[in-house]
Amino acid sequence: MTRLPVAPKPPLRRFHQARWDEPIVFELSTPGSRGIGVPEVDPAIGATIGDDATLPAAIRRENPPALPELAQPQVLRHYVRLSQENLGADFNIDVGQGTCTMKYSPKVNEVVIRDPRLYDTHPCQDPATAQGTLEIVHRLERMLAEISGMDAVSVQPAAGSAAIWANVSMIRAYHASRGEGEQRDEIITTIFSHPSNAACAKTAGYKVITLHPDEHGYPDLAALRAALSDRTAALLITNPEDTGIYNPRIAEFVAAVHEVGGLACYDQANANGILGITRARDAGFDLCHFNLHKTFSTPHACGGPAAGACGVTEALEPFLPGPVVVRDDDGTYRLDADRPQSIGKVSPFYGVIPNIVRAYTWIMTMGAEGLREVAEIAALNNNYLAQKILQIPGASMGYPETDARIEQIRYTWQELTEQTGISTEQIGWRAADFGVHYWSSHHPFVIPEPFTLEPTESYSRGELDEYAAIIAEVAREAREDPETVRTAPHRSTVHLTGHEDFDDPARWAVTWRAYLRKYPGAGVRS
Amino acid sequence: MTITVGLLVNPVAGLGGAAGLAGSDGADVQRRAAQRGGVSHAAERATVALDGLRSMLSAHDAVLVVAPGVMGETIAAATGLDAAVLDVPVSTPTSAADTTRCATAFAAAGVDLMLFAGGDGTAADVARGCGERIPVLGIPSGVKMYSGCFAVNPRAAADIARHFLAGRAAASAVPTTEMVEVIDLDEDALRDGQVRPRLTASLRIPVAPTVQSRKAPTAANVAEQAAAVAAAAADLLADGVPTALGPGGTTQAVADRLGVPGTLLGVDVVRGGNCDGSDSAGGGRLLAEGASEPELYDWATRGPLRIMVSVIGGQGFLFGRGNQQFSPRVLGAVGAANIVILAPEAKLAALGGRPLLVDTGDADTDALLSGYRRILTGPGQWAVYRVGERTDQHSTDQHQGAI
Ligand SMILES: Cc1ncc(COP(=O)(O)O)c(C=O)c1O
Repeated sequence: MTRLPVAPKPPLRRFHQARWDEPIVFELSTPGSRGIGVPEVDPAIGATIGDDATLPAAIRRENPPALPELAQPQVLRHYVRLSQENLGADFNIDVGQGTCTMKYSPKVNEVVIRDPRLYDTHPCQDPATAQGTLEIVHRLERMLAEISGMDAVSVQPAAGSAAIWANVSMIRAYHASRGEGEQRDEIITTIFSHPSNAACAKTAGYKVITLHPDEHGYPDLAALRAALSDRTAALLITNPEDTGIYNPRIAEFVAAVHEVGGLACYDQANANGILGITRARDAGFDLCHFNLHKTFSTPHACGGPAAGACGVTEALEPFLPGPVVVRDDDGTYRLDADRPQSIGKVSPFYGVIPNIVRAYTWIMTMGAEGLREVAEIAALNNNYLAQKILQIPGASMGYPETDARIEQIRYTWQELTEQTGISTEQIGWRAADFGVHYWSSHHPFVIPEPFTLEPTESYSRGELDEYAAIIAEVAREAREDPETVRTAPHRSTVHLTGHEDFDDPARWAVTWRAYLRKYPGAGVRS
Repeated sequence: MTITVGLLVNPVAGLGGAAGLAGSDGADVQRRAAQRGGVSHAAERATVALDGLRSMLSAHDAVLVVAPGVMGETIAAATGLDAAVLDVPVSTPTSAADTTRCATAFAAAGVDLMLFAGGDGTAADVARGCGERIPVLGIPSGVKMYSGCFAVNPRAAADIARHFLAGRAAASAVPTTEMVEVIDLDEDALRDGQVRPRLTASLRIPVAPTVQSRKAPTAANVAEQAAAVAAAAADLLADGVPTALGPGGTTQAVADRLGVPGTLLGVDVVRGGNCDGSDSAGGGRLLAEGASEPELYDWATRGPLRIMVSVIGGQGFLFGRGNQQFSPRVLGAVGAANIVILAPEAKLAALGGRPLLVDTGDADTDALLSGYRRILTGPGQWAVYRVGERTDQHSTDQHQGAI
């Protein structure tokens, strides 16, 4: 037998991330350099309209903008290099970021959104000339109403948290409309619900009451009853929670909230394991929200723009953000802004249209049976990965005696950490050396030394095996070569960085201007 | 700036553990433990921690200062690390007084961080010597480690120390230490199967490095969380109702915020007022310092009194440990509705789902305080958490503290 003259591949990839030492784009600026050479004004035109031939004085800047000056190839190289220094969803087995549902965003949808009939439209143009776009918005809202069982949906929010914010705003408007706005000043959530629920409630001025789980990891109904009163505005709850545990008594939770006159609001951002299986309305919820960039496949886009959807019952429909897209009897679509009880806009114009179109396309390609199959495969993948992970010495599941998990699992390294001193964060840094993303959990760590895996339906069995093998390898290193783990990452774009800089507002510099202000002398060429 | 690191080892720490003696406090117990074949692993554990610090020490030209003889000097010598030796007398065999004396000397020398190997007893001796004057960190080597000052193991101690000292070397402005409570259990009682944790002192420890996860919703570190709880509590006191602040670091922070001196280990009655919610401390008045049970009963029966307590140590006690001044009759007179419980979320999370505990010695009072209760966790936020009567399953199982 002849062999190829190449060394066989080792069982784990010899990954090494690009490290470009790339300066900030402002530092690359060369005065006078330009991306586009704008042609001189044609003499004939100049002769006709005189000095204003470039730009009318009224819209001319007095001072040029302080932008970096670069030619096109330098700009291209700069951003391609930065993209190589990421661990993006398109090239890593992105199952380590549980609760984020990092599923595949089909590339064909990028083709669809680049159709000039969509791409070249402007949000200010006459709705009569954007009927197709409005029809897609309307149809998507109706499909999400069907999926959730709710009466009305708005896809205006530009992210999951924006949708939660819209829901909290509607809750506030609803109670105010009934004269109970002042009295109902408390919102209840659970510690394993996504923290955006507590954050949005707080931002809206509510007092926030957080329930801790019972000893099996389920939301505690007795704790809810103890928290409820005539001051309760609403319960905001995720199900399954970020542990992957589904609350089988969710309808009782909703009923208990209704008994005191509160509203029940379902964070359905974790819907990937229950699509086509349960619906918010069937458990009695008044409001719900989806993350289109999770369950419905649109890109997460590095923290936005994303897309969220709010679903409500008829009683709350008047409060939906607006303007809303309505379909008249003759089949034309228009924007209705004449809704006095509406909470108003929660994002510019009508939402993130490209994502709305991607989500619509995805649902249409899946079909109703396809959506259910997504949920089933997501749950199967999760259980398959769990079998692999639980074989790793030192890894176990939070609440191991509660065995049902849906689409994600919060695991714990407690045993490994006690034996080796290696923490879940350190494991995550080392996992980056193998080219995969890994995340622990929200704070506080209720499950000690946590990590949260959510494989979705998008990953093959081979990829799940590879991810589990990487985690197993890092756990082995924690025992046999802890120094390597402790000083990781070694093969990544950056090495171990201090986190004080993130903790200290005096040192943050999230813009170039802040950087120059806080670090005098920075950016000056030596 | 030169970084200095101190090392103090209690060479008999942990002696009584394997010997089943529930601790090693006192010369007599140590003798019995040695007869039963007990050995201390404190020196080994300190060696592991020193090894973990080796590269950091040379990278920063740091100076290692050790306690004399078996309390540090011989251990450093065996690792081959250069070390300066404290100039204090140490007796043979060593005693608690030696630990305290060395800790005082380390504080006088102004070391950037003192590592000590031992358990709760050692921590209490250390606190007696240096108080909160210098940051310290425990290398867990004792039998009991209920206090919040221990890393989970010697390697983790080295990690935390390295991180902290690197911050010092870089003259970082971020507050990187937090106060933790030193808890000791009455060992004689423990040998009779009873747990009686006492809050004995407080120490200042480095905050363990955290990853600033982009999704982290809570305050960046534990110290900030505690400050947020204290701010929220101080706001509640703005109604002017006299309030008995229980012992502990969290309530101490409330007193600090009100600008009144507090008794860390005792109960003080204070009054808030003109607290405008701004960052400026002050506006409070100290009505009774270190109040006794009869004094508190007097306050409770004379007019409205509020009680504010925090969760003591890793065991989660609210009443009946270290605050017996809050007797059943005092609690009865105040009423459950006027008791405010404070805890940073991280502290509740660290309970691992175990209920908070009350053990006032009176079953009816315990029942009154039990059930689901609201815990103030920050401005405008509460947790609903279960308070249980103490059952004996919480016996002597070792629970490590805050790190
Ligand atoms: C359960 C849950 N709810 C809400 C959100 C918030 O969504 P977004 O990140 O789009 O603001 C997330 C996102 O991670 C989530 O997992």
